[in-house]
Amino acid sequence: MNITINGELLNVNSKALVEVLQSFGAAAPFAVAINSEFIPQSQHGNYVLNEGDSVELLSPIQGG
Amino acid sequence: MQTKDCLTIYGEQIKSRLLIGSALYPSPDIMTQSLTASGAEIVTVSLRRQQSAAAGDDFWQLIKNTGLKILPNTAGCHSVKEAITLAKMCREVFATDWIKLELIGDDYNLQPDPFALLEATKILIDDGFKVLPYCTDDLVLCRRLNELGCEVLMPWGAPIGTGKGLLNSYNLKTIRERLPNTTLIVDAGLGLPSHACQALEMGYDAVLLNSAIAGAGCPITMSRAFKAAVEAGRFAYKAKAMPEKEVAAPSTPTMGMPFWHQQ
Repeated sequence: MNITINGELLNVNSKALVEVLQSFGAAAPFAVAINSEFIPQSQHGNYVLNEGDSVELLSPIQGG
Repeated sequence: MQTKDCLTIYGEQIKSRLLIGSALYPSPDIMTQSLTASGAEIVTVSLRRQQSAAAGDDFWQLIKNTGLKILPNTAGCHSVKEAITLAKMCREVFATDWIKLELIGDDYNLQPDPFALLEATKILIDDGFKVLPYCTDDLVLCRRLNELGCEVLMPWGAPIGTGKGLLNSYNLKTIRERLPNTTLIVDAGLGLPSHACQALEMGYDAVLLNSAIAGAGCPITMSRAFKAAVEAGRFAYKAKAMPEKEVAAPSTPTMGMPFWHQQ
């Protein structure tokens, strides 16, 4: 299945969000949006990805 | 002065009237020293795509170690949808319902989009956020934001990163006069401590800045300068300035002046 994470096109074996994030190397703290919708952490465990989904994995950075 | 004179942000009492950004410092060490030297209790941060897990975590650890309150922003957002999604992500990561709402309407001067700002503010307030909108110095926009439930407004002094100071002090004064019970913070465009002092002198409750300190030759020393300027401005506002006059008036008594009218 093809998805994008942070703009990078990836072919993944699992449809489970948690497994895909793990294989991508996601490190806490982070928040996730899929197809521009925020997905709360409480929903990550049950979230199933679909072909073509666009995942945004965001972490703290400097800001003004 | 023994009397308690705090900045109020959504019911929270903050001693420092300087809010500081965490970006653009020459090094992480200079950033942390500058934050400390500023005396600020609130620091702004943001969220971006996770690049290197280690680098991101290092920054976050440094910020957490300062013990400062976190004010996340939605910098770079150009649409209501983007800003809402980013605000929700910030709330989860930073565990705060405060959000500095930035919604850019023009890429040339990074001016906030007033129409999108109102729309996003309503959605976020309905969702339980405490919104600190970065807005233009437009009285009617400020009133509308206030009516939506914003207890804090952050009109710009000048476009972000320009260091030009308070470009339209008439507008800023008018907003202060018309919204006497709203916490007002000048956000963006300041370059010198005197700009911050001027904002506080005119009754603004605080200033938020980043580039003026981070972009200085010595950010740590400039942090101290802004700390002093904000305190001076607040004291001056509380003290109430003398009335301005059009003609000179001697300050030294003329009574008993030697050689008076001898010529």
